[in-house]
Amino acid sequence: MTHPASEPNPPATRTPPSVAATVAVDGDVDPCEPILATTGVSKTFPGVKALQRVDFRLFPGEVHTLMGQNGAGKSTLINVLTGVIAPDTGTIRLAGEVVAFASPQEAEAAGVRTLYQEVNLCPNLSVAENIFAGRQPRRFGAIDWPDIKRRAQAALARLDISLDVTRSLDAYPIAVQQMVAIARALSVDARVLILDEPTSSLDDSEVAQLFKILRHLKQSGIAILFVTHFIEQTYAISDRITVMRNGEREGEYLARNLSADQLVAKMVGHERMSERLREAAHEASAPGGTERGERAASAFIELRGVGKRGTLQPIDLNVERGQILGLAGLLGSGRTETARLLFGADRADSGTMLVDGKPVRLRSPHDAVRHGIAYCAEDRKKEGIVADLSIRENILLALQARRGWWRKISRQRARELADLWIERLGIKASDAEQPIGLLSGGNQQKALLARWLATDPKLLILDEPTRGIDVAAKFDIMDRLLALCANGLSILFISSEISEVLRVSHRVAVLRDRRKIAEVEGKASNEDNIYRLIAGSGE
Amino acid sequence: MKLSNWLARDGVERPLIWPCVTLALLCALNLWVNPHFLSLRMLDGHLFGAPIDVLNRAAPLVLVATGMTLVIATRGIDISVGAVVAIAGAAAATILATQPVPTGSLIAQALLAALIVGVLSGMWNGLLVSFVGMQPIIATLILMVAGRGIAQLLTAGQIIPIGAPGYLFVGGGYWLGVPCSVWIATIAVLATAALVEGTALGLFIRAIGVNPVATRLVGLRSKALVFAVYGFSGLTAAMAGILISSNVRSADGNNAGLLLELDAILAVTLGGTSLLGGRFSFAGTVLGALIIQTLTYTTYSIGVPPEATLVVKAAVVLAVSVIQSPAARALAMSIGMQMIKQREVAR
Repeated sequence: MTHPASEPNPPATRTPPSVAATVAVDGDVDPCEPILATTGVSKTFPGVKALQRVDFRLFPGEVHTLMGQNGAGKSTLINVLTGVIAPDTGTIRLAGEVVAFASPQEAEAAGVRTLYQEVNLCPNLSVAENIFAGRQPRRFGAIDWPDIKRRAQAALARLDISLDVTRSLDAYPIAVQQMVAIARALSVDARVLILDEPTSSLDDSEVAQLFKILRHLKQSGIAILFVTHFIEQTYAISDRITVMRNGEREGEYLARNLSADQLVAKMVGHERMSERLREAAHEASAPGGTERGERAASAFIELRGVGKRGTLQPIDLNVERGQILGLAGLLGSGRTETARLLFGADRADSGTMLVDGKPVRLRSPHDAVRHGIAYCAEDRKKEGIVADLSIRENILLALQARRGWWRKISRQRARELADLWIERLGIKASDAEQPIGLLSGGNQQKALLARWLATDPKLLILDEPTRGIDVAAKFDIMDRLLALCANGLSILFISSEISEVLRVSHRVAVLRDRRKIAEVEGKASNEDNIYRLIAGSGE
Repeated sequence: MKLSNWLARDGVERPLIWPCVTLALLCALNLWVNPHFLSLRMLDGHLFGAPIDVLNRAAPLVLVATGMTLVIATRGIDISVGAVVAIAGAAAATILATQPVPTGSLIAQALLAALIVGVLSGMWNGLLVSFVGMQPIIATLILMVAGRGIAQLLTAGQIIPIGAPGYLFVGGGYWLGVPCSVWIATIAVLATAALVEGTALGLFIRAIGVNPVATRLVGLRSKALVFAVYGFSGLTAAMAGILISSNVRSADGNNAGLLLELDAILAVTLGGTSLLGGRFSFAGTVLGALIIQTLTYTTYSIGVPPEATLVVKAAVVLAVSVIQSPAARALAMSIGMQMIKQREVAR
């Protein structure tokens, strides 16, 4: 392990270059040689220095978390480690030997297995086929189906899951699909397991289950590299934390020696910022309590018994002007289904909907948009971004759709608007003309938010808007939303993180099993209360 | 700028460079065989010469490929256009045949009828693709097969000759020394480009091609737009049908526009429009159509025996496709770049 002699801004805890490799950054003795390490890795994309002389090391038998804001270089580093992209300079060592993976397949063959943020499986194949795709056990030259089935069940059993492995993958919810992806990654001897935001689509109990598995794997000597935005989860599982900032390694720390506040400050890079975040994080109940509560509430949209057979039991729901209504519930509880009915993405087959007191029929998103309703969908990749189009085009798409095809936004106006929103939301991009697919997840999310805010909506439906977004951006976005609410925007806020829902919402509707089971005032509610409702013991 | 840098600049910046190179190579080949290839003569107030001949014969293909460009940009495909060409020609010829000496108004009716059946055919495709939700290739396959039948029913299985001078002028006449069909194709392409790029239609069509689900969720009526795009493809196919029937002075339900859909798809792809949707270029499509027609011309001019023509054509198409494939180019470029760099270093 060598450190380059001249590092910019070395953090205080950094090992001096002269110290032998066996001494860790915090003075603790390293357990052994790193299984996977990079030295001086740099990567430049057009206009962006994605990685700058990054040293990174991963030890066997520990969970190492990579933290950093959007665009800090986490994904690039992982792509370098797994052979997706080749670094411009620097070396990668696997178990001490210099390696240069030309493809993810080569990395996999060497025992470096990766689980990407989005589930990369074939939804049309069976669970068993997904686990063994590309390396099916063969017998007499033919695929040995009974063996596959048996081994797939065994692989899932390691994760304490039992599924019908012959059913197609899309028969199961995303969370289960994620578990299948883990089973696939582990079904072959892995030395290094890389998890890129595996928990972003999991609920709490599933996260706990995943962590149990990770601890078990750790004990068997596998090195685990974990990327997440959830600070709580970082501390629940990590032994070691590497913080990235602006493409550079900010520092490597033992988790027990780094407080959460310090961590956030190191990610964000400004002490001032961290103050603000700490305040926001400690803000317990709904924002501005009384002041907002006093404003005469008038409903922007009212649902009366709106439902859809097989999707959502008829529910009553009001979203008041200038207020945030939170929807709390587990995955599949009807949160997204409610949002889709409100937006006309699915058609309700019962009940009536009132916008500004007048009954409306929303037969398509087009109708909803005309009534000033906007919807940031949960699945950013599939339902949000138009990957090959530029950031500018993505931002302006909804506004242009609302104006109609014959009233084109002029080239100059389009550029001004896009630049304005890129600046307002702090979207990190070298050029508004680059395809949005090249942005990091959080920046894509901001661009989608910009897309809708540009249309000046009256109701903004946000389905998991902060998933995959770093803490700083999260608070930033929520701050902006609160400011917009003060100007009369209504928001329907959906999130798996109950604490987040409570922090921003004036009222919270709780859903369970595709029906609304309660509605609580933001102030009167606490997390435990809502957990009880969701669990079904609070009625 | 260094040569290696210039070559390394991405094709995205200059998407039309490869179709241009291909066309230039074909022209160079012709010039080598026939030094007078590019020369034009004025005869009886009409321009004559190989370039005019190529443009004239490419006109129907340009029209069909223009409609096809938009269809392909929505990640669809329309393989019924050849059949629609036949239907449109048959419809016009049937109406013209009702009078021994067709009047002006009858000719106008015939033209209008041809265009209307074309649009209706396209709308049928659009209905199946966008509202019924069929795969575009299957949906348009139906009309590809049935359309020939409809055309034969209209012509009662016969080849109907067309003699009306006004109608023949459309595909065979000259205006300002240039064939009418060239004028029609040029105006149609320019008008389409102006309509699509001058409004937000271009953005919407590309968005639909890349991510139809997300596009619907921004409040676009994407189904209606896709429907309209197929209708438009029917319209351009009908215009091509008028030109072809006028040019050959007859309507042949069996053979008019046969395999034209494949040439059109080829022209669109040669022009750099992605079959995966999201990227299209009318200029590229026109270049693609000209490449195909020049290639046909070349096989005759350099004396390829008729029985070998199709094989030669296929070989050239393969070569062109390889040239235009970024992966193949990257390979060739990495070899070329090393050589160039070595030379630059040597200097």
